Amino acid sequence: MEGLGLFNYWIAVAIMMVGFYGVIAKRNLVKQAISLGLFQTGVFLFYITMSVYRAPDGTPGRAPVWEAILDGFTKDPGPYDNPLPHVLMLTAIVVGVSTLSVALAIIMNIKRLYGTVEADEISEIEEAIEHREELMSR
Amino acid sequence: MDALIPHLPVLLVLTPLFGGLLAALMPRRGPAPWIWSALVTGFEVFLALSMVKLVRQSPQETISYFIGWWPAEYGIAYEIDALNAYVILVVALLAFVSTIYAKSSVEDEIPKDRHNFFYSIWLLAISGMVGICATADTFNIYVLLEISSLTVYTLIAMGKYRDRRALTASLKYLILGSIGATFILLGIGYLLMLTGTLNMADMHEQLMLMKAKGDLAGNRTILVGFTFITVGLGLKMAMWPLHLWLPNAYTFAPSAVSALVASTATKVGVYMAFRFIFTLFGSIYDSSATLALMAFCGTLGIIVSSIRAAQATNVKKILAYSSVGQLGYIVVGFSMANESGVAASVIHILNHAVTKGAMFMACGAVVLRMGNADLKSFYGLGRRMPATMAAFTIGGLGLIGMPLTSGFISKFYLISGALHDGKWWLAMVVLAGSLISIVYVWRVIEAIYFRKPDKRVPVEEAPFTMLIAMWILASASVILGVDAELTGRLAEYAARVLIGGAT
Repeated sequence: MEGLGLFNYWIAVAIMMVGFYGVIAKRNLVKQAISLGLFQTGVFLFYITMSVYRAPDGTPGRAPVWEAILDGFTKDPGPYDNPLPHVLMLTAIVVGVSTLSVALAIIMNIKRLYGTVEADEISEIEEAIEHREELMSR
Repeated sequence: MDALIPHLPVLLVLTPLFGGLLAALMPRRGPAPWIWSALVTGFEVFLALSMVKLVRQSPQETISYFIGWWPAEYGIAYEIDALNAYVILVVALLAFVSTIYAKSSVEDEIPKDRHNFFYSIWLLAISGMVGICATADTFNIYVLLEISSLTVYTLIAMGKYRDRRALTASLKYLILGSIGATFILLGIGYLLMLTGTLNMADMHEQLMLMKAKGDLAGNRTILVGFTFITVGLGLKMAMWPLHLWLPNAYTFAPSAVSALVASTATKVGVYMAFRFIFTLFGSIYDSSATLALMAFCGTLGIIVSSIRAAQATNVKKILAYSSVGQLGYIVVGFSMANESGVAASVIHILNHAVTKGAMFMACGAVVLRMGNADLKSFYGLGRRMPATMAAFTIGGLGLIGMPLTSGFISKFYLISGALHDGKWWLAMVVLAGSLISIVYVWRVIEAIYFRKPDKRVPVEEAPFTMLIAMWILASASVILGVDAELTGRLAEYAARVLIGGAT
């Protein structure tokens, strides 16, 4: 049953792949942007999962909180989770939010100038522009 | 000044970062934001030069800076050696020249009340790119990569005031770029799992220990991490066939942005590839199969994109496709993993930045005067904008690799590297690529000098600031082509830093 022990990783990869599929297969730009966010969320879960610590005797690690340090490390705080990936993901979440907001801002502008957010319709419009340009450059 | 010297590595990143934040507070109209950005990037060049001077005093050593004085294992370390200092100098110089150039082009292409925001984002992009080169912390690389990418997406999207296709190009870049960055993040995650550290040198050490213990034999984690990082980097540096975002993004971006991004952004991606493949994975992971695949992609990239460039009718698009092709040379160079090949890619980073920068700038001047960059607009410009077109021609000759221009030096190194390894077919591809590049450069040069202009509208020469910028780059291309010692020694040194890690 080793596979079940990796349950969180399975879920993380599943979320990533759902997001990745959405980015590639969906033709609606908003859906693409949201799938991109989902893809990144899968990576967050992946990192958080890797921080979990379980002592050899099976005791789960506790949250790496300040109180363990407050008593000056006089007593052994016991096993605790790795705080580093949590901190990294805090930054990565900020990055993910900014990516999503820039994407949505661009999509908003696309809607304003093209009148649609469907990739197919947009490429039709662009092909028409390119065709016209080609005729002009003859 | 002496008090600042120990802090140089971090100042390189913080100067444009805070400069960018302050630029947003400048008055919206008028030249204030531009003057401010020129000052900031000028100071950045000064800092980069002092950095290079420091590195040259003790070329064997790495200058380390620990942010907040946390040791490298816990905090973020910035490490500068011969290779970084060189790439940072390239980025800083190109940023400064592009900022000088940007004045007229931005006045023309960006609405009058957005200039402060434009320059703010512009400086932030530069900060991100310099930061990627300076940092030795893998997660910090990811963050700075996203800073530079997000700002570049925005800068490209600002091309919407001239052509709405800039928006779709920018979104495409955003989606592919974010996938690439997330892949890199995932790869870093696997390495963190394996080693418990984020610092590159420390990671390398841990992996070496594991290798000595025999823990790495058949280890899947490192394989997966390596693969994710390589694919992510391939997307970021527009390695063929992962280049799909590039042509439209460069074509529809505002002229100044095309000049800056084409000459620096992908180069920074190449630098990251150097670091990851040689410094981090060198002698740990047998990357010969990956490098062979990269050589394959590089050669196909040179041929296919050069042919696409020869077919395009928009000069900006010709230059964009040729950028993908030129990146192929860089990829082919470092895929040889011998000293001369890596030196060729390091030299080509600068040479391509200079030539392509000059050409995009000349092209932007035509956009300013003629309204677009169609091949037709170039008809007969040789007589009407002689200085601009001369700069374009010098850049074009550099792209082909004519002797006495910088392109010749990089191709010379590249071919000697290929022959050194007995890979004569790589040398053939490089020569074939040069032949095709003659075709696409000649199409433009023919239009410039041998065609009659369509209508008799008076066309002025480009503004003074634009001319200065493009001529700095064009003359740099010639100087670097005549005096090969200048870059050659630095690049060979940088190559030894990289390959030395691999053996």
